[in-house]
Amino acid sequence: MVPERSRGVEGTPRLRSVTTPKEEKIMTDILVLGEHADGKVKKTTFELVSKASQLAGESGGKVFCLFIGNKVGDLPGQVACFGAKAAIVVEDEKLANYNTIAFKEILVQVINQFKPSIVLGTASPTGKDVFPRLAVSVKAGLATDAIELRLDNGKLVAKRPVFSGKTLVEVSYKTPVQLATCRPNSFPTNEASTGAAPEIIKLSPQISELRCVMKEKVQGVVGKQDLTEAEIIVSGGRAMANADNFKILNAMADVIGATVGASRAAVDSGYAPHDMQVGQTGKVVNPKLYMACGISGAIQHLAGMRTSKVIVAINKDPEAPIFSKADYGIVGDLFTVIPLLTDELKKVVAES
Amino acid sequence: MKIAALLKQVPDTETKIRIKADASGIEESDIKYIVNPYCEFAVEEAIKTREKNPGSEAVAISLGPDRAVEAIRTALAMGMDKGIHIQHTGGWLDSFSVATVLAKVIGQNNFDVIFCGKQAIDEDAGQTAQMIAEILNIPQVMVIEKFELKDAKTAVVTRRVSGGAKEIYETPLPILVGCEKGLNTPRYASLPGIMKAKTKPVQKLLSTDLLAGSQSLVQFVNYQLPPERKAGKKLDGEPAQQAKELARLLREEAKVI
Repeated sequence: MVPERSRGVEGTPRLRSVTTPKEEKIMTDILVLGEHADGKVKKTTFELVSKASQLAGESGGKVFCLFIGNKVGDLPGQVACFGAKAAIVVEDEKLANYNTIAFKEILVQVINQFKPSIVLGTASPTGKDVFPRLAVSVKAGLATDAIELRLDNGKLVAKRPVFSGKTLVEVSYKTPVQLATCRPNSFPTNEASTGAAPEIIKLSPQISELRCVMKEKVQGVVGKQDLTEAEIIVSGGRAMANADNFKILNAMADVIGATVGASRAAVDSGYAPHDMQVGQTGKVVNPKLYMACGISGAIQHLAGMRTSKVIVAINKDPEAPIFSKADYGIVGDLFTVIPLLTDELKKVVAES
Repeated sequence: MKIAALLKQVPDTETKIRIKADASGIEESDIKYIVNPYCEFAVEEAIKTREKNPGSEAVAISLGPDRAVEAIRTALAMGMDKGIHIQHTGGWLDSFSVATVLAKVIGQNNFDVIFCGKQAIDEDAGQTAQMIAEILNIPQVMVIEKFELKDAKTAVVTRRVSGGAKEIYETPLPILVGCEKGLNTPRYASLPGIMKAKTKPVQKLLSTDLLAGSQSLVQFVNYQLPPERKAGKKLDGEPAQQAKELARLLREEAKVI
């Protein structure tokens, strides 16, 4: 695979050529698989690039960010200020939709050419799907859903939850290349002092004929952030009593920019759809604020939200186990408290 | 049509996990084991697919110690036709090693559809299924909420992605799919089903034979409990005061809104 230099739109300056990996090989280079939607780099990618530049800085390596899509546009410029030194761009009409095999093949070729020792992705539908196949392809160890990363003698050590966060474990690697997918909201985004435009390297890797192809994409609710990426979550439990009552949670969520979740009890009672479930057999979330409304706090639910930075519990039962994990608790009827709280939050938000 | 469902036995979701004194793993005594909930969806979908395609065979495959046979018997009682137990009595295996073993067994049996759970709720790695697909060089669709056979050679599968969005794939067989909650409602084993399961064949293989020549890629070390959360403040007063105080604390003290 040779870096392509002449694929830019006619009239635009040619892209800079790249030094070949043979001339410039640093063992601690880190590749980040960038994720983007609607022309914007996702916050989780900023988190990964920030963390990667911290790790690479310790060891004198470089951070590359890979963007795959049909319209990569100015995505590379958006990651520069977080410390990405180069952006690798794979742009093709055929890549408008995600495809497991296409992404895997691109990643394999990028890894073979640039020889990063660490490759990071988000524990997102994309990262979770493609990284295990990539691990087999390049014979590299993989830690999924990592929440902490560090270097030990130049090698990655990833800390991750097991048993739905009831326990943590460290993954130590036996392979020269180390892969990890990281849970959103695990690392702060650090804007580096210089925002120099990154070197852009355009590639056109070989993609084999695809057997399994996406026929249709059904959009979710517009503007709704997935629970796993949300910074604020308002969740309702069995005490919501029916699906219609979730409107009071939606109203509060709108005020503070939150995503609405539900407990298993609420989902199994038919008050909320499965993809709203937080907990051991639902989504594991990692927001800065989690508000549990009418949720008692079964061990399976706590497992799904225990890493939240701040937990609020609103429950009629003063003995509910959720209060033992909550930073702030209100013992009271949620149907009384939530509308009052919504008004108070409106005032606080309006002040800013 | 040959259909496989892979299943793993995992600690019951109520289990309080205890860590060994040397932090090398968890204490396995006194654990009640269940079939991984996502594997139950895989078993149910395998049985449904078999029922819709007369003449097909549905095989439940599990790797694990002797107790893993219980999981296979549960699947047989639900309606799977036969089982394969890959007996493993050795130590911890990483996802790649497990995938290597399972891929060998699947490859030898020429399955058309392989149903897996999207992840097992013990280690939560969510790697094994995709790794098997890669080793076998077949397509995968993970986190599925709908599975249909368009004809004897093609499947149409709906995958759930972020924020309520879905992706619909069309794929030739063989295919490996990772099942998500919402795909189906696993049936309970009936009493006749349980009786019948006792006479269904379970082939026994040894992991040591299948692991020959393979290598692990990672090791889990330093098991530790997460930092314990302390109970915080309960806010006093009338609901209006409580609400006002909470909004203030979230802004001024916690600084999260």
